[in-house]
Amino acid sequence: MAHQKLSPRQYAILGLVSVCAPLGDTCLSMGMKQVPNVSLAHPASLIAAVFTPWIALGIALLIGFFASYLTALSWADLTYVLPATAFGNMIVEMLSRFALHEAVSVQRWLGCLLITIGVGFVAQGPSLTEHPPPATQVTVPAEEEQAR
Amino acid sequence: MIVPASTVGFWPAAGMIAAIILASSVGEILTAAAMKSIGDLDEIRAHSGLPGAIRAVLTCPLFFGGVTFLALAFFSLLYALNHLPLGLVAPASASLTLVTNAAGAKIFLKENVDRRRWIAAVLVCIGVYFLAH
Repeated sequence: MAHQKLSPRQYAILGLVSVCAPLGDTCLSMGMKQVPNVSLAHPASLIAAVFTPWIALGIALLIGFFASYLTALSWADLTYVLPATAFGNMIVEMLSRFALHEAVSVQRWLGCLLITIGVGFVAQGPSLTEHPPPATQVTVPAEEEQAR
Repeated sequence: MIVPASTVGFWPAAGMIAAIILASSVGEILTAAAMKSIGDLDEIRAHSGLPGAIRAVLTCPLFFGGVTFLALAFFSLLYALNHLPLGLVAPASASLTLVTNAAGAKIFLKENVDRRRWIAAVLVCIGVYFLAH
C-alpha cells in the first residue's frame, strides 16, 4: 500500500463529508418540527414543506454531503472515507453540548472518544490502496517493436 | 398496520436489520467501485468543468446500481422502523454496517484493510452504537 498524502483541499472535502450530513439532518429535523403534521392523505403538504427555509437548507447540505462524499471516494478508499462520515456524529455532540448547552451523557462522551480514536487511527495511514496495473494493459509501441 | 415491537421475534428482527445492513453495504461498495472506475473527480473537473464531472458520474452504470441499493436500504429502514423500536434499529444498523463495509471493501474492492483499519472500524462501530443507543 503506497502512502498517499492528502492535500489541504482533499482534507477540506473530508471535512465537508463530516459536517454536511449531520447538519443537514439537524436542519431537516428542525424544519419538520415547524410544519404541521404531514399525512399520506395530503402529500402536497410534504412538497410545500420542502420550500420552508430549514428544510431547504437541510436538503442543500445533504446534496453537498453526497457531492463531497462521491468526490472523496474518487481518490480515497471506502474504508478511509467511512470513519469521516461517523466523525460528523461527534461534531453534532460537541455542538449540542457547547452551542445548545444540552446535557450529554457519559455513554455519549465515550462514543465520541471511541470515534475520535478510530478516525485518528485511519487518518494516520494511507488514503488509497495502489493496485498494480494488469499485465494485459502493458503494450509495446509498434515503432519500438520494429526497432528490436 | 402498526405491529408492537414485542410481537416481533428474534429471527424476523434480525432479518430486518440484516436486510438494511446488506442493502446499505452493497450500495456503498457499488458507489465506491463506480467512483474508482470514473477516476479523480477533481482532475475531471479541472479538464472538463463541473458539467463534465457530473456527466462522468451520471453515465456510470455502477453508480446507478449503488444508488438503487442505497434507496433499498432506506426503504428497508422505514419498514424495520414500522416493526421495531428506533433504539434497536438505528444503532445496530449504523454500527454493523461499518464492519460489513470494511469486509466488503477488502473482498470486492481489494482495498488493503490492514490491522489499523480493522481496529478503526471496530472502534467507530462501538462509538456509533454508544451515540445512537
